[in-house]
Amino acid sequence: MSTHFLSVENLKKVFPPTNGVANLPVFEDIHFHIDKGEFVCIIGHSGCGKTTILNVLAGLDEASAGEAFMDGREVRGPSLDRGVVFQSHALMPWMSVLGNVAFAVKSKWPDWSQEKINEHCTRYLEMVGLGHAIHKKPAELSGGMKQRVGIARAFAIQPKMLLLDEPFGALDALTRGTIQDELLKIVQATHQTVFMITHDVDEAILLADKILLMSNGPHAKIAEIVEVTMPRSRTRSGIHHDPQYYMIRNHLVDFLVNRSKTYAGAEAEMFHDAKNPPVVRPGLDGELAPVLTLTAEKPAAQALKHVVNQ
Amino acid sequence: MSGKLKLKAAFISLMMLAIFLGAWHLATQPKESAVQAATDSEYAAMMGKGKEQSGFPAPAKVGHAFVEYLADPFYDKGPNDKGIGIQIAHSLGRVAVGFLLAVAVALPVGFMIGMSPLLFQAFNPFIQVLKPISPLAWMPLALYSLKDSDISGIFVIFICSIWPMLINTAFGVASVRRDWINVARTLEVNPLRKAFLVILPAAAPTILTGMRISMGIAWLVIVAAEMLVGGTGIGYFVWNEWNNLALPNVIFAVVMIGIVGMILDLFFGWLQKLVTYRE
Repeated sequence: MSTHFLSVENLKKVFPPTNGVANLPVFEDIHFHIDKGEFVCIIGHSGCGKTTILNVLAGLDEASAGEAFMDGREVRGPSLDRGVVFQSHALMPWMSVLGNVAFAVKSKWPDWSQEKINEHCTRYLEMVGLGHAIHKKPAELSGGMKQRVGIARAFAIQPKMLLLDEPFGALDALTRGTIQDELLKIVQATHQTVFMITHDVDEAILLADKILLMSNGPHAKIAEIVEVTMPRSRTRSGIHHDPQYYMIRNHLVDFLVNRSKTYAGAEAEMFHDAKNPPVVRPGLDGELAPVLTLTAEKPAAQALKHVVNQ
Repeated sequence: MSGKLKLKAAFISLMMLAIFLGAWHLATQPKESAVQAATDSEYAAMMGKGKEQSGFPAPAKVGHAFVEYLADPFYDKGPNDKGIGIQIAHSLGRVAVGFLLAVAVALPVGFMIGMSPLLFQAFNPFIQVLKPISPLAWMPLALYSLKDSDISGIFVIFICSIWPMLINTAFGVASVRRDWINVARTLEVNPLRKAFLVILPAAAPTILTGMRISMGIAWLVIVAAEMLVGGTGIGYFVWNEWNNLALPNVIFAVVMIGIVGMILDLFFGWLQKLVTYRE
């Protein structure tokens, strides 16, 4: 499996028993891989363990079984090779914007001179459009600007891989749009390998090369891998003119609303091989995408109410 | 707007002070009853009821003590007659030494038990038992084992200021936001850098709160401790003047204790503001 830049094999997470009652595994049989320069998004309902998977990749959490390999080596503990952008930006409020980024840069290159560090940090902060605010404290920034600092911090250490835990979840739609554009530009320029959690279907289509769809937990699995077949030079303003866009979008929404809960249990296993989840290209193939026909009829109108347009 | 409010508040404060002083003055006016006037003044003086004598000193007399002591705060005329500045300096010196010793112990130990839930559990029963002990209860033990009243005073300051700092440091360190720790972990920051650049600044406001409480207690305790051990210090001064039945001096000292305590508290409040961060 070492042909891929990152490969995840047989990952499983069971939380320790609560009050003596054993917990069901949150997810199990998770297999996927990411190639160098790929942007991969993972989508699934709350509680399917997306954040746990990301934390395992970051080295902040340990899986109950299975392993992850990056660049031929097993992921064990946190590393400067993997930059993380946290959902809550996680900036240190007592440091300035520059100080926050410099803290990271100095951790990566301890013997750099102060000027070199500052110059390096300033370049990355300018890249996210914060050149004017480098001496401000995080408390003086808006939510979107804070998240940009978080992104600059992660990019500044030039990690081999970037892990983003729903970075725009707490932002308003307008801010989210602008930062998505910026992220898109930076990623297109740097060919950074990215793994990102999102709840936003449009965000995933805009940014990703590949979208992992997770079924609901417990016993969550990778249900499908959706390839976003639109050209890489997408823009937020132009993307919805592409006919593929709606086909992909419909496919994703359909999965989240109707099919995400049909992958548990023995009957689903007959149709679904978690080791090799089906790769689909709804943008090209349209309605030909494989659908679990046996159980797809079950979810009724009541289920639709649950999740509308995640 | 807030300036105007401050001005108004200051005016009311002054009014209250004036009313208090006026009431005090009226209450301590020498009363000349007809009986007293008729009797022999010498006899009255002997009985302690004369015109010269007043039970509680009048504000003017206390004011006189203020002027007298503040005019020359640093004179030294033997062991029982030193200026107020020297006495306060002695007390502050003891507090500083005891307090700094307590900082030197409480910060590292607090850090350690804050980082480790195991150590926290292990230390907790001792802290809970030792914390509520009145600092003065340590005095006999300290005097017996240390055999020096000065060092005993310092020890008592040390033992009473250590607990709030220890508990607050441990609490502050233990409750540093998970996110910040995770950032440090993903950046592979070495433990020392993590301690000084992440955990310490994150916990600093809580630690400073502990220090402020400790300092308040230390200043409360030093007065009592010095009354016991004697020799020098503002506490000894109070006790000495009480033995001299010089109540105006006692009142003067009481006010000075309050003012110095307030200045110490303001100082720590200022430090606290320095390390507090806005999120």
